[in-house]
Amino acid sequence: MTATVLSVAGARKAFGGLVAVNDVSFDVHDGELLGLIGPNGSGKTTMLNLISGALKPDAGSIALAGERISGLAEHQIARRGVARTFQLVRMLPAMDAERNVMAGALFGHRRLKDSAARDLARELLSFVGLSGREHVPVAALTYIDQKRVELARALASDPRVLLLDEWLAGLNPSELDTGIRLIETLNRQKRTIIMVEHVMDAIRSLCARCVVMNTGRKIKEGKVDDVLADPEVIEAYLGDDDA
Amino acid sequence: MKGLTSSEIGIAALGAVAVAAAATLPLFNQGYYLTLALNIVLYAALCTAWTLFSGPTHYVSLATAAFFGLGTYAVGLGLDHLPFPVLVLAGGAVAAVLAGLVGAATLRISGVYFVIFTFGLAELVRQVVSYAQIKITSRMGIYVFTDFTEKHIYWMLLALTVAVFVTGWLINRSRFGFAMQIIGNDETVARHSGINTARLKITLFMISGAFIGMAGAILAPRYSYVEPPAAFNPMISFLVVIMALLGGTRRLWGPLVGVIPFSILMDFVSVRFPNDTFIVIGIAFLLIVYLLPDGVTGRLEQLRARLRQPDAAAEPAALKEPA
Repeated sequence: MTATVLSVAGARKAFGGLVAVNDVSFDVHDGELLGLIGPNGSGKTTMLNLISGALKPDAGSIALAGERISGLAEHQIARRGVARTFQLVRMLPAMDAERNVMAGALFGHRRLKDSAARDLARELLSFVGLSGREHVPVAALTYIDQKRVELARALASDPRVLLLDEWLAGLNPSELDTGIRLIETLNRQKRTIIMVEHVMDAIRSLCARCVVMNTGRKIKEGKVDDVLADPEVIEAYLGDDDA
Repeated sequence: MKGLTSSEIGIAALGAVAVAAAATLPLFNQGYYLTLALNIVLYAALCTAWTLFSGPTHYVSLATAAFFGLGTYAVGLGLDHLPFPVLVLAGGAVAAVLAGLVGAATLRISGVYFVIFTFGLAELVRQVVSYAQIKITSRMGIYVFTDFTEKHIYWMLLALTVAVFVTGWLINRSRFGFAMQIIGNDETVARHSGINTARLKITLFMISGAFIGMAGAILAPRYSYVEPPAAFNPMISFLVVIMALLGGTRRLWGPLVGVIPFSILMDFVSVRFPNDTFIVIGIAFLLIVYLLPDGVTGRLEQLRARLRQPDAAAEPAALKEPA
């Protein structure tokens, strides 16, 4: 039995009358790559926002390694070891790739010194496939390269939990292949990751376990093959016109 | 944190020569040119201090007059009790405290509300000081008698300007400065990278306010009689914004590019068209915002980037496999 790194218990978030996340509970184990899936509008991104502190839950609690983090500010949660990427890639547009990544190393969970942060940024840019492009302004990078920079920035803080919000979305087939292999490598390195994803092939090939949400509720949790064969999950995806 | 690059040493040397040359001015002229130069140095200090905060955060503060006036009043009230340098520091400290309170209350609200709040606050402080003064002393103002002449004030303001520049330069190359750049690029990323954005912005606003307060304190002896409408004149706030935006707020020395020509223009206009000064200032402001939204320095950088464009476009956007 591996240790629980992140524990979500009874999380709830409503926007006016719309309950985006309704009494959701799940655990993430150490070194696990957990898929968080569901149709559009099912509350997946809201769930990530609750974990990273961008939103505060109305009820329930979220704990990182046994310590309650729900209610803390984003920067406090980041310093405790939660890093994320964004659904729509977010760059520091006036800076080059290296400084974008250094931002994660200097102020996040790891808080390195300057020169160590620069070395780490170079190492991570090479890991995501951008060696030699450290000093290219990020605005001049292609979409997938920007996503790589964003991933490297999140990794630079050496997070205890990495949140990927549709990191594979918007990539063409060959880029997708590259992207899946990158995440696979992270999984082999025993990184703890929650990935929100619509690309089912990626979920099948990468995740051992996944959580399925629909209209704010967790409807299923378990081994990917079992979950994806479940009639309720199939109905959630196919029964609605937004699948 | 980092060693000096050769271009930084060059700029520092150039700056030192310019400051040394400027410092000799009172030896040649103690009349018109000294008065003009004093105005330029005053606004160089104010605009650069304003840009320390507003450059990276993009918040437009109209509280300059409040910080400035508090500095002036620190001198006016304390002159009989404490030495002048202590009062200058006290003026900076009082302004910093006010900046801290304003920051804690308002930096969570978005840009336009911040502008209105700071303007309202400056007016409120002016009214409160006027009211308190009339109630307590039954006079409108206070006398500030010192042995300082215009040249002493000029030298002190020049020293303050140098201090603002050195502070700004030290901030820019520090971890704090990098965090501020990240905030200016994308505040959401900053927060999720572990940066306490609220605390950093408040700290920077306090540093900026402190320098503005000190400038007000140093200027106090220029007028032997200080009263709230002059010390807390809202025109100070507006002129600082106009000149800083004219020069450009992306670089530390950007505002300087706006301060020098605008101070000369202001001087010319106020002599030639004394009754229409505000109209001219208003038109100048409109023209700057429409034609030079990033200021003169921002425009120059755009032009330089456009000249370099062919190289950037030629670079292949190759997709590389992960290692």
